[in-house]
Amino acid sequence: MSFFTVCVIVAGIGMCLAAIGTGFAQGFAIRGAVEGVARNPSASGKILTTMMIGLAMIESLAIYVLVISLILLFANPYKDIVIKMAETVAK
Amino acid sequence: MIHPLLLLEHFKKLLEPFHITGAGADAIIYTWVVIALLLVVSMLATRNIKTIPSGFQNFVEVVVDTIEKMIVDNMGEQGRRFFPLIATLALFILVSNLIGLVPGFYPPTANLNTTAACAIVVFLATHIVGIKEHGFHYVKHFMGPIWWLSPIMFFIEVIGHMSRPLSLSLRLFGNMNGHELVLMVFFGLAPFFAPLPMMLMGVLVSFIQSFVFMLLAMIYIQGSVEEAH
Repeated sequence: MSFFTVCVIVAGIGMCLAAIGTGFAQGFAIRGAVEGVARNPSASGKILTTMMIGLAMIESLAIYVLVISLILLFANPYKDIVIKMAETVAK
Repeated sequence: MIHPLLLLEHFKKLLEPFHITGAGADAIIYTWVVIALLLVVSMLATRNIKTIPSGFQNFVEVVVDTIEKMIVDNMGEQGRRFFPLIATLALFILVSNLIGLVPGFYPPTANLNTTAACAIVVFLATHIVGIKEHGFHYVKHFMGPIWWLSPIMFFIEVIGHMSRPLSLSLRLFGNMNGHELVLMVFFGLAPFFAPLPMMLMGVLVSFIQSFVFMLLAMIYIQGSVEEAH
């Protein structure tokens, strides 16, 4: 398989795993927040703020994977080396 | 993705002597657009201030009041000193996120340089405020609760502090750039109505991301203001 095919597959699989993990984690966080609001509706403002911070922290993990996927797809640091190697092999 | 507006193309030529081209030049030009927009709005709002606000002044007062209330809620009364910094960051990021929803405009926050600049400002502000507040005792913030653990804690804390600007900038950049890419892909698939739900989500993402950036900036500054335990 060529280098670039592997890059695309890895970007897809990485994003998939990140989405699974982030989905579970955010689900737990929201469950906790909703239970808290159901027990004590007057504290909903504070709970909302704290939940937002937590969600942003969790979400940033998926965003890191997204950035790495984008680097792999659009700004691959090894692109030039691979192309040069492929040229030498072709000769 | 980027509409060739003629006026902005002219500005782009101004940047060419500085060897700034491509996506960087677009980000800079749309940052200028955002700055001009905010300047005009604030000038119009404060042109003739009345005690009983009406019309446009009313709207701007509500925006400023909401941000101030959020700061007082999260940082207490002493947080009012940081109102200019945090409100500027929040308004700039919010407007530059939302400007991307106008067809033909490009959000400057979808470029890593803009978001990194904002994050580095927050990073420097936290440490300057901490040193001003505590002097040399600011080191205690890095030492952890137990004295004999402090050599290990110091490195962990330093890594933690270094990762703050990284995560702040990458979060905003990833969200806005991802949104922009999704819009582009949907637009390529079907130009009519297909990108519309994504644009609706973009409104939500813009507000939440600017809110989160503001909230984290407040929490970081608050953390360096309060006493080390």
